[in-house]
Amino acid sequence: MDAKELIARRIALELKSGDLVNLGIGLPTLVATYLPAGIDVFFQSENGLIGMEPVPEPGLEDEYLADAGGRFIGAVPGACSFDSCFSFGLIRGGHLDVTVLGGLEVDERGLLANWTIPGKMVPGMGGAMDLVTGTKRVIVAMTHTTKGNLKILKRCSLPLTSVRPVSLVVTDLAVIEPTANGLVLRELAPGITAEQVVAATEARLIVPSHIPEMKIAG
Amino acid sequence: MTAGCGPLRARAWSDRELKGLPGLLIPIKVPSQAIVEGGLMHKAIALAAAVAKIPDGASLMIGGFMGVGSPHRLIAELVRQGRKNLTVIANDTARPGVGIGRLIDAKAVRRLVVSHIGTNPETQRQMIAGDIAVELCPQGTLAERIRAAGYGLGGVLTPTGVGTTVAENKRLIEVAGRTFLLEMPISADFALLAAHRADYYGNLDYALTARNFNPVMAMAGATVIAEAVEIVPVGVIPPDAVVTPAVLVDHLVERDRVDGR
Repeated sequence: MDAKELIARRIALELKSGDLVNLGIGLPTLVATYLPAGIDVFFQSENGLIGMEPVPEPGLEDEYLADAGGRFIGAVPGACSFDSCFSFGLIRGGHLDVTVLGGLEVDERGLLANWTIPGKMVPGMGGAMDLVTGTKRVIVAMTHTTKGNLKILKRCSLPLTSVRPVSLVVTDLAVIEPTANGLVLRELAPGITAEQVVAATEARLIVPSHIPEMKIAG
Repeated sequence: MTAGCGPLRARAWSDRELKGLPGLLIPIKVPSQAIVEGGLMHKAIALAAAVAKIPDGASLMIGGFMGVGSPHRLIAELVRQGRKNLTVIANDTARPGVGIGRLIDAKAVRRLVVSHIGTNPETQRQMIAGDIAVELCPQGTLAERIRAAGYGLGGVLTPTGVGTTVAENKRLIEVAGRTFLLEMPISADFALLAAHRADYYGNLDYALTARNFNPVMAMAGATVIAEAVEIVPVGVIPPDAVVTPAVLVDHLVERDRVDGR
């Protein structure tokens, strides 16, 4: 199992029946693939749909039904479409239960930077700032390091996405929960030790005496 | 298509014809003045004539999200007529060759207010070269700034962007112990909309995720020009299904001929 699959399978266990969930582009989209049987959630696409089905029936793609990345999607029975004001009312107004987003950096305060690398990558924030600011539970899906560079830092070096702390960070090495006291090491990926996680993390980690192995969706 | 022969100039349906229609159709009687020149149905306009109303340097709100729900015919005609120095307010610039990306390809845009340009390397190239000034705005904030202008509000108080680079040079306002960012209304000379169906009056509905920014932009453009996939008789779109009322639509672009009809 590669890093992305491990992360997606772990995050899939965070979703509960009845949740309204928004998945970011890229790794987060994979989470839908591993949703455990019996868990019914509605996925929101912020361009105006509740009830997104990530892959449309082959041959039945509709040019007026796409996700926020412009890819064709399907709609499940019970789906609902709406305009952008309403869509972001759902997000900002606290009606969205969970969002899963990629991350560039997370810091000791639980703050996320994920929208720009000044001078290098200026794509625009799209809906990321609204999602992190307004969603009930914000889950970050990212590899623990990139090309040896640490990404869980004392302070984010990149521009912040929001001053609202995220709820959970799931990486290929660990599950980390930002709390009022700091970042708590909650779970370890199979075969990974707490020492390895601490070594791969610049931020101070609170390390409990017993840390369970990461659960993953089957 | 010559002026005067477009489908919008079709006569109103008679009472007898309306009675013969399926039950779901609401039999709205079309006033007789609607069918004369200058009446309610005088919104029909040829594509070229609609775009000729838009001068160089105009500000345009353009509906659509990654090209889905963008007014593709109006965009293509803006390019064909060589319009320049436009300000475009939209969610994104799609991709090169797609939707608003075609205006970028044609170097028709001088200023952009958008939430995202990451999918269009040509927009980024022109931004870095200094040919386009880009204002990036969080997507929900962009929608609400447009809404504020269209709904007559003096601004938006949003928690989005507080403590980030988006808040630079903006006022923070505390309400009941929470800090909000004051974001200003944004309006435009024109709103260019893509609807799914329009009736002869210009009532509009939308399809699925092609709705996005179109309805809110209909409130915030000084002049509103809409194109639609289908143009249908008055009453075919039931009152509960009309999303953008005809009173907001100034010009309705005549349909292309399909299969020679």
